[in-house]
Amino acid sequence: MAAAQAMSSARRHFRSLELVLGVLLAGGMTLAVLFSGLLFPDGGESMDLMARLTPPFQSLAHPLGTDPLGRDVLARVIVGGKISLTVGVFSVLGAVTLGTFIGLVAGYYRGITEILLMRFADIQLALPFILLAIMFLAILGTGVDKIIFFMIVAQWVQYARLVRGSVLSLRDREFILSARAIGVGNGRIILTHILPNVLGPIIILMTLQVANNILLESSLTFLGLGVDPLIPSWGGMLADGRTYLQTAWWVSVFPGLAIMFTVLGLNLLGDWLRDLLDPTGQTSK
Amino acid sequence: MAGFIFKRLLQAIFVVLAVTLIVAFAIRLSGDPAIMLMGGGNVTEKDLENIRQALGLNRPFLVQYLSFLEGILTGDFGKSFMGGTPVSMLIARALPATLLLAFASLITSIILSVPLGIYAAVNRGRWPDQLIRILSLVGLSFPNFWLAIMLVLLFSIVLGVLPPSGMEGPESFIMPALTMAVILTATNVRLVRTSMLETLSQQYIMVARSKGLRDRVVLYKHALRNSAIPLVTYIGLQFGGLIGGIVIVERVFNWPGMGTLAFDAISNRDYPVLQGTITVLALFIVLINLLVDIAYGLIDPRIRTE
Repeated sequence: MAAAQAMSSARRHFRSLELVLGVLLAGGMTLAVLFSGLLFPDGGESMDLMARLTPPFQSLAHPLGTDPLGRDVLARVIVGGKISLTVGVFSVLGAVTLGTFIGLVAGYYRGITEILLMRFADIQLALPFILLAIMFLAILGTGVDKIIFFMIVAQWVQYARLVRGSVLSLRDREFILSARAIGVGNGRIILTHILPNVLGPIIILMTLQVANNILLESSLTFLGLGVDPLIPSWGGMLADGRTYLQTAWWVSVFPGLAIMFTVLGLNLLGDWLRDLLDPTGQTSK
Repeated sequence: MAGFIFKRLLQAIFVVLAVTLIVAFAIRLSGDPAIMLMGGGNVTEKDLENIRQALGLNRPFLVQYLSFLEGILTGDFGKSFMGGTPVSMLIARALPATLLLAFASLITSIILSVPLGIYAAVNRGRWPDQLIRILSLVGLSFPNFWLAIMLVLLFSIVLGVLPPSGMEGPESFIMPALTMAVILTATNVRLVRTSMLETLSQQYIMVARSKGLRDRVVLYKHALRNSAIPLVTYIGLQFGGLIGGIVIVERVFNWPGMGTLAFDAISNRDYPVLQGTITVLALFIVLINLLVDIAYGLIDPRIRTE
């Protein structure tokens, strides 16, 4: 008994550690990126040619050093976060809106929507997103809007499947049946009784997907298929930095750390949320 | 069982058709590939017409799609725009390099994740479990290509002990395989842990314990064997992600595999090669998933009726 109590207290400690770390990392990076315009009015573009290739931690003007063009690495890392966060947030918002709507309809009314959804899910599960994204972006050209579009197309199914599953388990429960019995309309039942009950798993999946999509965007941009290389972005800086890894390691290290802190923060929050909102593990893989 | 295999096979064929349709459709999204190919330079309408003729683009879409399908069945993916080498030959050269890397990564990841996962499960809720959990989250939080760059920085530039790129000799496998293995391990460790915990709570484990078998025997002989099934399935399902990841990591290490082939094709606007590469990889993934499904159905009869 004492052992079990010790276990749960260790667990509780790690839970709160997860929350604190997650908020610090993800929240801190988000705040820095949101205020990047105030912090670095030049957008990380100004070139200090006298201070080219300054190593990190040696000058107050350039705490994380400069690249071969004399641009401040810290400024570019913070400004570059705009792209990642924009893609992460908007792709997820798009996918969750579409996916939740279709999932609710498929789970509640069933029929043809459900059949189409499940077949679509089969395809989506078998296709590696990155391969198709590579092909489409190579042919269609690059850009933030296109990346977000592909992510929505590729990912709405996950939300739809999740919502459909939850709706199926809810639709014959007593509180729904009694709502129907007293004459509440279908639309109202879905909005006021079903949707609030599926929000938990959706929020968990959203958190983890923002993290995932930040990684995907950086990969695509690194490959030269994502964001315009002239705009500062984490993936773009890493692609650049790789070519002068020998002379300026810091240009490749810090954007990667920025990705890692942001994504780790979101993953920690997702994990914490899962424990809080979904103890039975619907959303765990 | 025959019905189950038949159903899975139908699903696989359905997915394959969808993949090929998407791939065939993709090239048409670019507008006129003939104009893209000529790069908007000094071309006459007759030149464009010749290219369309050569690519077979002036036929109806359905005809083009069917001939694309026929090509896949006969292993004919057309010829590269660069030098006219058959695409199938290029793929035959690149596919083994990618698959070798995939298997090296998988094996490394199993060697790492099984003991770690068991250790976490046995210490459930205590600090080794939490530490492994946090580490696995960290492992999922950076892009694979960044880890690859950091390994090159450490082992090739700072220590100078490993070749930074290429596929020559066994030592060139270390960094690419390790990159993929670290990321695979981050997910697999959790899977091994969960699946071990589930197995350890089963009655036959209690029976094994109560008849006085040593912990180690119970763990490795009874529990591990039974929790291996979900692991194998999951590894099969991961195959798509693994290939997608390798395609990117190949780029960092100049690995002569499918990823490098695809990216060279992109920069040359060599669409037949790009289409062929993506199609073959996607077919491979569908096939692996199908085999894993069938194998799982054979081992565990409960799956068949699902």
